[in-house]
Amino acid sequence: MLIFRYFAPVLLVLSAAAYGQPGDAFIVSGIAGRSGGTLVFAQRNEPKSLNPAVAADSASREVMHRINADLIHINRETQLTEPALAKSWTVSSDGLHYVLNLRKGVRFSDGHSFDADDVVFSFRVYLDEKVLSPQRDLLLLEGKPIAVRKLDAYRVAFDLPGPYAAAERLFDGFVILPRHILERPYLDGKLAEAWGVRSPADQVVGLGPFRLKQFVPGQRVVLERNPYYWKLDKEGTRLPYLSEVDFVFAGSEDMQVMRFQTGESDVISRPSARNFAVLQKEGERRGYTLKDAGPGLEYSVLFFNLNDSPAAGNAPFHRESFRRAVSLAIDRDAIVRLVYQGRAAALSTPVPPGDKAWVNDKLPRIVRSIPQAKQLLSADGFSWAPGGSLLDPAGKPVEFSIVTSAGNSERVQMATLIADDLKPLGIAVHVTPLDFASLLNRVFQTHDYEACLLSLSEADADPNTDMAVLLSSAGNHLWQPEQKTPATPWEAEIDGLMRRQMVTRNRVQRKQLFDRVQAIVMDKLPMIPLVSPYILVGARNDLGNFRPALLDHYALWNIEELYWRGGRD
Amino acid sequence: MKRRCGFLAVVLAPLLLAGFLAPYPYAEQHREHPYVPPTAVHFIRARPFVQEDGHLYPLRLFPGNGRLFGVDPPAVVFLLGSDAYGRDVFSRLLYGGRLSLATGLLATLLSLALGLAAGVVAGYFGGWWDGLLMRGGELAMALPWLYLLLAVRAVLPLHISTLDSFLVSTAIIGAVGWVRPARLIRGVVLSGKERGFVLAARGFGAGHGYLIRRHLLPLTAGVAGTQATLLIPQFMLAEMALSFLGLGVGEPVPSWGGMLNEARQYHALLLHGWLLAPGLAAIPVLLAFLLVADAWLFRRSE
Repeated sequence: MLIFRYFAPVLLVLSAAAYGQPGDAFIVSGIAGRSGGTLVFAQRNEPKSLNPAVAADSASREVMHRINADLIHINRETQLTEPALAKSWTVSSDGLHYVLNLRKGVRFSDGHSFDADDVVFSFRVYLDEKVLSPQRDLLLLEGKPIAVRKLDAYRVAFDLPGPYAAAERLFDGFVILPRHILERPYLDGKLAEAWGVRSPADQVVGLGPFRLKQFVPGQRVVLERNPYYWKLDKEGTRLPYLSEVDFVFAGSEDMQVMRFQTGESDVISRPSARNFAVLQKEGERRGYTLKDAGPGLEYSVLFFNLNDSPAAGNAPFHRESFRRAVSLAIDRDAIVRLVYQGRAAALSTPVPPGDKAWVNDKLPRIVRSIPQAKQLLSADGFSWAPGGSLLDPAGKPVEFSIVTSAGNSERVQMATLIADDLKPLGIAVHVTPLDFASLLNRVFQTHDYEACLLSLSEADADPNTDMAVLLSSAGNHLWQPEQKTPATPWEAEIDGLMRRQMVTRNRVQRKQLFDRVQAIVMDKLPMIPLVSPYILVGARNDLGNFRPALLDHYALWNIEELYWRGGRD
Repeated sequence: MKRRCGFLAVVLAPLLLAGFLAPYPYAEQHREHPYVPPTAVHFIRARPFVQEDGHLYPLRLFPGNGRLFGVDPPAVVFLLGSDAYGRDVFSRLLYGGRLSLATGLLATLLSLALGLAAGVVAGYFGGWWDGLLMRGGELAMALPWLYLLLAVRAVLPLHISTLDSFLVSTAIIGAVGWVRPARLIRGVVLSGKERGFVLAARGFGAGHGYLIRRHLLPLTAGVAGTQATLLIPQFMLAEMALSFLGLGVGEPVPSWGGMLNEARQYHALLLHGWLLAPGLAAIPVLLAFLLVADAWLFRRSE
């Protein structure tokens, strides 16, 4: 032990000399920690691929982002942009041309140096239609791609086809790929297969705080610290502090919770409110701390099928009064209390309260009122049969079923509560849990459903990410996707407002435009916002710098700064 | 035998009288009381009271809503606690048991009817009838029924009414279970048709219908009876398994399998143990049926 201590400084000096200090290191502001130790994180599912261009599921992206880095990053704590691989950037006065200055002396995790060629290559890959990257759409503005040019070895120009507000936020999540490794598979058209679960660890190379050490399919992914990482702490120690991160696959949320409870995993990200309560009981004895970070960017909505398909026909939910009555009859406070045990916020706008800067807080809070709902209905020609069941203006009894994902007990419970809430209106509602794949198929392909309860999640605290849902032409325009022309005047108005806010660079004006969008949605209610669950996380007591965020990846976003207080090996 | 039948009656009576014994309708939500542990009943001078917000409310017999007991709101009486929606687990247990029992009985009737028909035809006529029915039965036993059920549920329309889904699951369970009684009955018929009085009747010119009705069916009564008492608990379990997997009747109608599915979650096991009540309740019910079956079998072999 003594001998080791004596030699340790020598080893450190050697390693610094061997790898060289990065030219422009990023200095983090958090508490300086101590190096060493392993962090175990139990994931619900197994990553399907570590390939940044094709990885779409959350398990894959959670691991992928630990071994990669982007040019400009959104700080999960401040929700503002901060320089990452680009140490600074300039914007032309018309907002169309960005020049990013890259950090010098940065190396990939295999020691190969990083420069503008890697950036140009990465965006070529993301923009290539044949690669089918799920992020490709983000780089298209009105269907036209962003152009990427190399100016010199450390400067890259990005030319936008049109004005785009807060364009620097776009760079978050576009991780830089190593050209020296991936160019060959890309030119051979085999990029999608690269970096699957069976790739040799030393071929998976990135600019993130960790690098792949071992991938055991069905069991675990082991990451080790990237010795070339470009962030230092205040004392000049190269990050990350942890020497290994061990992602193990738990299979289900309950297993995840049990592993955390027994100490087999060190961090838990987003257990359900019920399991959070279970964990709370034993926190002190078992040495972990739980944190409730408040509402995040996820929220649940109920929406009706407004496609003009035979299944929907001339159903009552095409009437605004009906949708308003349903919204008024839903007891959101009961959902918060019963489904989330108080750990959720009732919504009165389609923007979750975690998106603090953009919520329209002038919209009135929705208070459940059955008399008011009944009044709305009778004013629009609805009536009630002697037995109390609601009849639509054509005299047909109103009845519908809510489809929701069977795998998510919270959504099933919400739907069950809503079914009970609508009973006093005389509406017979049936809850039909479906597996997620066939649910999505019904909603987005066959349009064979009546109402659906789903959760939406904003990728970033910015209205631009809502365009994927709100634009009438969008594929995720839940109630009637991929419209050729807006089906209603108000959808046309939303389209116009959303496009205008996208090109407006004044933040106050953008807010006004987006406020108006929220007001229209709440008036027409194509989707009825329900609640937004709080972000719940937990970690061992001795994990330093653990500061959960409202954006993904909630618990591990600052993994390079996490350290074991007492030291752990 | 008598005592065992008595035990069965005692166990089944609460299920049959669910509408009277349960203090609440099965779907009534008490949203202020989710996951409440079983209500403590205080006896003061031999009269029962329940506590709510520091006040005592008397537990009334025949509160006037056609039920055996109840308590005035805002107090609640949940003898076995409440579930996530604040619904009374005790009431749901009784109603759910009634559903399981009905499924078990109907499915048994169906599968005995099918089994009798197939067994008698196979045993009596023999030849290719016998081959067809028995090989068909073996095939039916070899099929992976659970996957078939999942497939059947997938092709049914999104929403089917409670009654329909009850009938569908009953029909499926009953249709799956016919093979064993059919084989046993075939054996009885096979040996029965060689007995002296059957041969004599045939010699006097009795037709097939008369022979089967008059001489062979009565022979199978004992086997059919024991099979019934064995099949009922088996099918009740099958119904629980189906609804546990989400293939039975849907919410808010209770079934023991569906209730146990809720109790399967980690938080329920740890914090809300009373949700496991349907699992415990199943034990005496199934045991009672099996005890009667056992006694019947014993008597027959004597």
